Amino acid sequence: MTVMTKHVIIAGGGVAGIEAAGVLADMGHTVSILEKEGNPGGHVSKWHALFPDRRPAGEVTGYLGKRIENENIRFIAGTSVEKIERHGGGLTVGISGGTTLNADAVIVATGFDLFDARRKEEYGYGIYDNVITSADLEQMFNDDRLLTSDGRVPDRIGFVHCVGSRDEKVCNEHCSKVCCVTAVKQAIEVREKLPGCEVFCFYMDMRMFGPFYEELYRESQEKYNVNYIRGKVSEASGTMKKRVALKVEDTLAGRPLKMEVDLLVLMTGMEMSKSGAKLAEASGFATGINRFLESTDNHYGSNMSKMKGVFYAGTCTAPMNITDTISHARAAAVEAVKYLSSK
Amino acid sequence: MNRFGFHINKSRLIDYDTSDRKVRQYITDREPSFRVCFACGGCTATCTAGQHASFNLRRMNTLIRRGEIAPLREEVSRCMLCGKCQLICPRGVNTRNVVALAAEAIMKYDRNEL
Repeated sequence: MTVMTKHVIIAGGGVAGIEAAGVLADMGHTVSILEKEGNPGGHVSKWHALFPDRRPAGEVTGYLGKRIENENIRFIAGTSVEKIERHGGGLTVGISGGTTLNADAVIVATGFDLFDARRKEEYGYGIYDNVITSADLEQMFNDDRLLTSDGRVPDRIGFVHCVGSRDEKVCNEHCSKVCCVTAVKQAIEVREKLPGCEVFCFYMDMRMFGPFYEELYRESQEKYNVNYIRGKVSEASGTMKKRVALKVEDTLAGRPLKMEVDLLVLMTGMEMSKSGAKLAEASGFATGINRFLESTDNHYGSNMSKMKGVFYAGTCTAPMNITDTISHARAAAVEAVKYLSSK
Repeated sequence: MNRFGFHINKSRLIDYDTSDRKVRQYITDREPSFRVCFACGGCTATCTAGQHASFNLRRMNTLIRRGEIAPLREEVSRCMLCGKCQLICPRGVNTRNVVALAAEAIMKYDRNEL
């Protein structure tokens, strides 16, 4: 390692990791992205279309793909960062397989895991075939095959918000932020593909926090006739006809409601990734009560760890949409550059 | 005058300035988790009593918070304390204790013991 060439290791090759790498590489730094999966892109590479404009997800993954085509970036697939330590003036990074690498700075971009819907047993994921997750539905859109498990065209689809979020029973008190608007987007897509299919969203609060989200919500009602029922689904059960029966309170009517749907979509939330949690524990990084990485300050230090030279980017710190993840990753890269030039 | 059909409707207003929140205070002091309900209605959806009678724990919680205790007297007796609502509650409210305390509070209220 020469003094002039700065080497930055990025843990995670999803949206945050790639964007941070791109910024650093554009500024002439050498970057190694270590990604535990075989391919770059993270969760978004499995998605069909994105809110709020419903553009194909491929446009964003295409952008990310171009971003890593940079001579300063080395993308190492199938490798995870296990431990980060201060060592003299630099950092040593332990990776899967037992080897260590040296770096002048590290950006942690380990992302999130989707909540495992089987943990919310009362919704029957993994028990009833016609209970699926929001990620499964994106896969169905990708396959252009929106049918029930027994091959029927659904007449009615229900979306359950907050599955694995805002729920003490699964130890996730936080809101995952993006599931509300994802449900709105997917509800519209269903109505577009199957105009004869009724769509119901079961929500507790509609959190339309981003630009054009509220507009999309309105459009879903005005143009696509999506129905919204305020109440948390308490349980789902399979019927003889392979439909799914729901129990919920229609809290605005103030009465319990039952409904059968052909397909039930669970809007699974975001959790701290298992690999990120392992890395945090091994390296002594603080985590919050939501188990995500805790930065030094919620307002002006959201990229900063307590270890000099280590910065955080994206959803390893909190649930985030793609727009905010990219901004957060760019900010992490700026903090890293500031640090490297002061060394 | 009755022949002309005049009468005065009782106000439907929740008059927060004159309502009596002693019952709320009694419950909150003894069961602080009462405060964290976010009115999702999961309890009511799963409630066996609520399928057939007007018992609605979510609404009951709101009424207690607003100091509207008149409708409680009857409702509270309909709960069978089975605890399904407690299994479902995403906020971890000790719902059974809330119902038991509400019944107790109303009894004391009527005896002027609150």
